[in-house]
Amino acid sequence: MLRDLTRALAQLGEIAILTVRAFLALVKPPYELGLWVRQMEALGVRSLVVALISMLFTGMVLALQSAYALPELGVKYYVGTLVSKSLTRELAPVLTALIVGGRIGSGMTAELGTMKVTEQIDALRSMAFDPVKKLVAPRLAATLIMLPLLVILGNVVGIIGGLLVTVYQLNVAMGVYLNDVMGELTYGDVLSGLGKTVFFAYFIAIIACYNGLNARGGADGVGRATTNTVVGASISILISDYFLTKLFFIFES
Amino acid sequence: MSSLFEIKELTKSYGERLILDRLSFEIERGECLVILGRSGSGKSVTLRQLNGLERPDSGSVLFDGVDITDLEEKDLYGVRRRVAMLFQSGALFDSMSVLDNIAYPVREHTDLDEHEVVEIVEQKLRLVDLEGVLDRMPADLSGGMRKRVALARSLALDPEVVLFDEPTTGLDPTTSATIARLIKSTQLELGVTCVVVTHDLSLARTTATKLAFLDSGRFRFWGTWSEADASDDTLLQDFLHGREHHDGNE
Ligand SMILES: Nc1ncnc2c1ncn2[C@@H]1O[C@H](COP(=O)(O)OP(=O)(O)OP(=O)(O)O)[C@@H](O)[C@H]1O
Ligand SMILES: [Mg+2]
Repeated sequence: MLRDLTRALAQLGEIAILTVRAFLALVKPPYELGLWVRQMEALGVRSLVVALISMLFTGMVLALQSAYALPELGVKYYVGTLVSKSLTRELAPVLTALIVGGRIGSGMTAELGTMKVTEQIDALRSMAFDPVKKLVAPRLAATLIMLPLLVILGNVVGIIGGLLVTVYQLNVAMGVYLNDVMGELTYGDVLSGLGKTVFFAYFIAIIACYNGLNARGGADGVGRATTNTVVGASISILISDYFLTKLFFIFES
Repeated sequence: MSSLFEIKELTKSYGERLILDRLSFEIERGECLVILGRSGSGKSVTLRQLNGLERPDSGSVLFDGVDITDLEEKDLYGVRRRVAMLFQSGALFDSMSVLDNIAYPVREHTDLDEHEVVEIVEQKLRLVDLEGVLDRMPADLSGGMRKRVALARSLALDPEVVLFDEPTTGLDPTTSATIARLIKSTQLELGVTCVVVTHDLSLARTTATKLAFLDSGRFRFWGTWSEADASDDTLLQDFLHGREHHDGNE
């Protein structure tokens, strides 16, 4: 128990060091823009479709649930508010981070972990390269840029999902829904969601890279590291979500 | 003139296990030192101290008169461009073609034009007797070819020293002999100082100008082949003849 605790604290320390080194590598020239773009492509391609489908259905479900949960209050005329606020503030950031995070995070860990156990990382170091600059920084940059973009698209698609259900199932005029969304959705809603997303992106990338770089013991070890990334990223997203929500409420009021 | 490497009282343990126990030795320019030892005796650990991939718990490593033991990672870059390493598995970047693998250090560390880079790559590939593989991916190469491409990559920046970690492990005897010949010619024709870690005795026979036998964290033997053959150390003799060793404890 005590051993586990010290081990966990040591890991947090190592992650903190990796964070500092990765951000320093990001801001210090030469900028490896080519590597960033390649990572952004990989990340976008790997997760765009699944992220958008999830958000479309999340928006649809939100509309259904809210209308059926409280029918007597005439809630169906306010579905636009409900859908857009819950999506932008909470569901799009968290669900996208969880889905995409599991997907790209585990991909990153598997990739870096394989490089680690086949000595490719050591080979980089032995040729006078910094693996943090060459491998971690581009992945961090790509996640920090792409995840918020995915969330923005997810917001739009989710609101469209809500619209479809509102119009075709609840028989509310499209104008009512759209007016509601436009009238009630604020910059604060969208920005607080995106603010959280940036933190989620950091957690995903840094945990994935850390686990990859520290994988040991062949294919087995890489598998274990990958699982650790999915668990670690999900938990830190869900826990930090609570605190970030509180934090953004303070900022907004 | 002083030795190229001077290693003093090198000590390293992992957890409770002492792997290197006050190891001291020197490596001369132009020689080929072969370090023999049983699996897990700490050969790779020793090798990885020579270019600072790992740090010792205590003791020091001097390269060309400079103490590199406590250098920061980025201050080791100068050393690593002069001391190349060939890894046990080859460690080719499997997302890159053969051309890109060998060109990688050249492109990143020099300002040469692309056609000069390709010329260097082709020249290094000729050194290891390979041609027409520029566009192949590492996954499509045989184990022996991968090792040779890795050797070409480690020679890309014309290093003064190459560290070889088990260059023949997993290869058939014929391919092993090819690798041994290439190591020998790297040493003799390019004047590169070689440090080879292995338990392949025929590799050691062909390449070693000096032999070391690592056991229990220390060099139990250090000398030339003729001295090794004349040695009356039974542990060494058993190792050199591939016999099981029996002492009081077993
Ligand atoms: N990073 C590490 N963490 C913990 N233990 C390690 C580490 N690196 C090496 N060891 C241990 O140190 C010992 C020596 O390892 P080393 O890799 O040098 O052996 P070796 O002589 O190269 O053997 P082999 O012929 O199997 O490659 C082994 O028991 C290994 O388990
Ligand atoms: Mg080894």
